[in-house]
Amino acid sequence: MPEKTVIVTHKVGLHARPASVFVQTASKFASDISVTCEERTANAKSILTVLTLGAHQGAEITIKAEGEDAQEALDTLVALVEDNFGEGT
Amino acid sequence: MKTVRGIPASYGVAIGPAFIYQRAALEIECRAIEDPAAELARLAVAQETARQQLELVFEKALVESGEEQAEIFKAQTMMLDDPELVGAVKKIVENDLTNVESALSDTIENYASMLEALDDEYLSARALDIRDVGSRLLRILLGVAESPTAGLAQPSIIIARDLTPSDTILLDKTFVLGFCTSKGGATSHTAILARGLGIPAVVGAGKKVRKVKNGTSMILDGDTGDVVIKPDEATLAEYLVRQEAFVRIRSKAAQVSDQPAVTLDGHRVEVVANIGSVEGARSALDAGAEGVGLLRSEFLYLERSSLPSEEEQYKSYKTISDAFGKLPVILRTLDIGGDKEVPYIDMPQEDNPFLGVRAIRLCLARPQLFKPQLRAALRAGHGNNLKLMFPMVATVDEVVQARALLEECRTELQAEGLPTAEEMEIGIMIEIPAAAIMADQLAEVVDFFSIGTNDLSQYTLAADRTNAQVAKIAAGFQPAVFRLIKQVIDAAHAKGKWVGLCGEMAGEILAIPILLGLGLDEFSMNPPAVPYAKLLIRSISMEKCREVAAEALNQSSSDKIRALVQEMVPEVNLGE
Repeated sequence: MPEKTVIVTHKVGLHARPASVFVQTASKFASDISVTCEERTANAKSILTVLTLGAHQGAEITIKAEGEDAQEALDTLVALVEDNFGEGT
Repeated sequence: MKTVRGIPASYGVAIGPAFIYQRAALEIECRAIEDPAAELARLAVAQETARQQLELVFEKALVESGEEQAEIFKAQTMMLDDPELVGAVKKIVENDLTNVESALSDTIENYASMLEALDDEYLSARALDIRDVGSRLLRILLGVAESPTAGLAQPSIIIARDLTPSDTILLDKTFVLGFCTSKGGATSHTAILARGLGIPAVVGAGKKVRKVKNGTSMILDGDTGDVVIKPDEATLAEYLVRQEAFVRIRSKAAQVSDQPAVTLDGHRVEVVANIGSVEGARSALDAGAEGVGLLRSEFLYLERSSLPSEEEQYKSYKTISDAFGKLPVILRTLDIGGDKEVPYIDMPQEDNPFLGVRAIRLCLARPQLFKPQLRAALRAGHGNNLKLMFPMVATVDEVVQARALLEECRTELQAEGLPTAEEMEIGIMIEIPAAAIMADQLAEVVDFFSIGTNDLSQYTLAADRTNAQVAKIAAGFQPAVFRLIKQVIDAAHAKGKWVGLCGEMAGEILAIPILLGLGLDEFSMNPPAVPYAKLLIRSISMEKCREVAAEALNQSSSDKIRALVQEMVPEVNLGE
């Protein structure tokens, strides 16, 4: 199952708008997607669990996907985080 | 008449009758069911109804209070459809064969407490959001209408425990003069909404305000946080005048908030902000602050059960100083002891904590507590304009010791290969009379001073500012304190060092002309005061300020100083 670790560079971390965009994007895929931060794991399609990760700016998160479109889902989400959630750097 | 003080959350004065905003508690019963599928179908229908409601509320919020407030309802819609939330409810209904209301109520409470436990102001606000979504669903399931505003028939001051986004958006704004909540902080929903609407608000005013009855006459002062219950006639008259003037002054101040603070005759000073959180950085920038004159680091230490790590501190300091780019941010090292206790740091019981082991004394005594903060500051200062300041310094020796520890940390970090601030200005707070008297010597070992007038006044006048019977003696404008301030500024300038002031006095309109005249270089105040200070500074001349300052030092009492400024500098009325 493909996985990748990225650093959240956005200044509010994986909260507020970045969290919403992340969850909305994940929800478009059929695969099961998880995101882990410091031993806490969340369902990437669940805003509530993603928020409880408490991933601040600079946090390392590991995204894992499992299912028919796993690789595409992973690439899209990684690109989203690296692109600072579409806000540039 | 009774006055309580809360946290000022949105500028302005509101005068009018109180309206107690209260939702009837929902009665959730737990009962056994036989058909889980039918139960879950009820949930699906309720979700759909809630989605439609939220869509309408979103539109309403967008028009009434702007995008920031409206986004909250977008986020709530996502919570409504959250697969983990729905999954958890489904599991309870199917496994325990209980009704959906009970399952939902438990699940919502579970998530809300999880978010609250993370001890983060932003996530606590999300806990309120999930409860808001939950009660919306429960009201739909139970067929309970939402009408907490029944009876709100005239413009009123809304009093509540804390308002949820749904509460605030439901209110008919033509009937809202101001908001007053017993709980909540400066970044609560109520505060954001009030600022968006330009309505005065005081939050965190304590339980007393909720005991007033509907219709009680009240005054809400969003500038100071004062809430006056049943004001007498004189107070009412005074506030009515202020209220009218406020509206005019506010629009003038807003126009100059992004301008530099330059007097009519070209003397420029810095107007910066006092903040105590990462969120505070945003409000300081919005208010037009040219940096941070006092970043209270205690926010990282209070209301938790263990010490913040170096990494956690580094991230917070870095986020704040980076937000200001090249503008200065002055980090004050840990100032605890005295009236600020931290449960997980073992501090001996002292008969006289204000004269005991507090602030720099505590930090020097416990390098294991101090060094992680110094290391975090040195690391965070890389690539921006972070400065460091030590509180409660009484002797030159303390500064020498603190600087030695700082250098020790720098050497360690360099050995570890971590980037550090190349040149970091180091200053001290002047808040003990001994430091003011020895300012010429202290100026030799620091780059700047920042005068803390709250403590300097209480120590100079030997009057505890938390003791109501003597607090008035220590409340600003004492000629003795102005004389000390002059001594400090002169001593620093003679050595080519600059002086700021970060006590409440810096934002007091009547004090600004005197401080300018004494040669103060930097004024640091709560963010909402910044535009007003700039408005005043831009309307007066340095020449006049020097005259006022010289006269002020020769007055015999604080009342006489106030009267003198009023008489000599009519500009303190900000054009009114």
